[in-house]
Amino acid sequence: MTQHTILNATHRALGAKMVDFGGWDMPLNYGSQIEEHHAVRRDAGMFDVSHMTVVDLRGAKTRDFLRHLFANSVDKLKVSGKALYSCMLNEQGGVIDDLIVYFLAEDFFRVVVNAATHDKDLAWIEKQAKAFDVKVIERKDLAMIAVQGPNARAKVQSLLSPATREKAAKIGKFVACEGDGLFIARTGYTGEDGYEIIVAEAQAVDLWNKLIAAGARPAGLGARDTLRLEAGMNLYGQDMDETITPWEAGLAWTVALDEGRDFIGRAALDKQKADGVRRVMVGLVMDDKGVLRHGQRVVTPSGDGEILSGTFSPTLGKAIAFARVPAGTAESAQVDIRGKLVPVRVVKYPFVRDGKPIDGI
Amino acid sequence: MNEIPGDLKFMKSHEWARVEDNGTVTVGISDHAQGLLGDLVYVELPSVGDEVKAGNACAVVESVKAASDIYAPVSGEVISVNSALADKPETINEDAFGEGWIFVVKPSNLAEESEDLLDPDAYAELIENEEH
Repeated sequence: MTQHTILNATHRALGAKMVDFGGWDMPLNYGSQIEEHHAVRRDAGMFDVSHMTVVDLRGAKTRDFLRHLFANSVDKLKVSGKALYSCMLNEQGGVIDDLIVYFLAEDFFRVVVNAATHDKDLAWIEKQAKAFDVKVIERKDLAMIAVQGPNARAKVQSLLSPATREKAAKIGKFVACEGDGLFIARTGYTGEDGYEIIVAEAQAVDLWNKLIAAGARPAGLGARDTLRLEAGMNLYGQDMDETITPWEAGLAWTVALDEGRDFIGRAALDKQKADGVRRVMVGLVMDDKGVLRHGQRVVTPSGDGEILSGTFSPTLGKAIAFARVPAGTAESAQVDIRGKLVPVRVVKYPFVRDGKPIDGI
Repeated sequence: MNEIPGDLKFMKSHEWARVEDNGTVTVGISDHAQGLLGDLVYVELPSVGDEVKAGNACAVVESVKAASDIYAPVSGEVISVNSALADKPETINEDAFGEGWIFVVKPSNLAEESEDLLDPDAYAELIENEEH
């Protein structure tokens, strides 16, 4: 059964091309994916991300619970509103999902997880929460709109009451505030500044329309994918899954090996680290014409690898990709495109940040 | 949706073919096909002089979303390719039935092979059914 966000009819009225995404009927684009991509890089675009799952966790031992549940350490969250990106691992160190957690109070954290992993995530969280007596409350009553781009914050702020505007203007990156019935977080999945706004479903269509009037351009999942890949951000299911550890997915920076914290998957991660990580995730740039795609074979002197996420980068005007390759792969490789080996450069990502290509890309 | 020009014939895989006055056949993809693919970013053209066979893949168009083979509607020798597409693949998005043509074939078996192609009405019906 296909699910619809509260904004579904609005997307259709805007002429969106709709696609199935993780069981949700979502806009792929509203005409041109590339123009939507540029709107986010140069001005302000917005995405309906209401398909994502918002889960509130309540209980006196919530912090202890999350210390155990997440590979990143919620001990980094000291001020109410602060957010953290983390993986949730299984005992083998494989990634069940990646997520953002917000610290709101000692007995109240909010987590946003992916749409396609909804069922298994909730089952896992609920199973683990029992021992800590933490209540797991899915917030199906909430919608979420991401407004992203160099002018995104100003456009959102223009719609807020003076008191909320002041708060929203002040928050630093990866911090959330509340006001006007909105949960406003300075987070995103595009490599641009902006907000992700969690809003009651009943107010979501009105907010969306006001954002359009303020100059935020609706953008679909197509642009969201090229933006996040340029920004060097992983996509769950494509760049990592339950058989892949954070070490193998370029996510070592999200793992906190703080002393004495026994999070799920830690033993497996410690062991893999001691034994040596054999596969790593790298960025690829192709200077020849063509497009890198998921599943293409990557040929390196130390063995074959595979493209995970690949696309045409509208900002760079050439193809970019994430690939998983044998550790120690040098600066160049080849990709098998329809039987032809095409040279690619192995680079550090992100490819693009704050509207501009990274030096050397 | 653009009007489908009446002088074209179509493959079920959305290529169009137009028999020119000089007997050559110009080939492209339909406006419907470009809409399905989305923004095109790369076209792999055949080479002039290639022999193509009706129903065989002979070019590739890639959008941000996907790569798609282009099949030859008729057999023959490629005598011209639209090299402007190398720098401006989006021309196909903008004018699929005109400036977005892909290649021209000197056909070797036109009379017989054109029997297998759809006329504009039949093609319109095909895409109508696809949408439902």
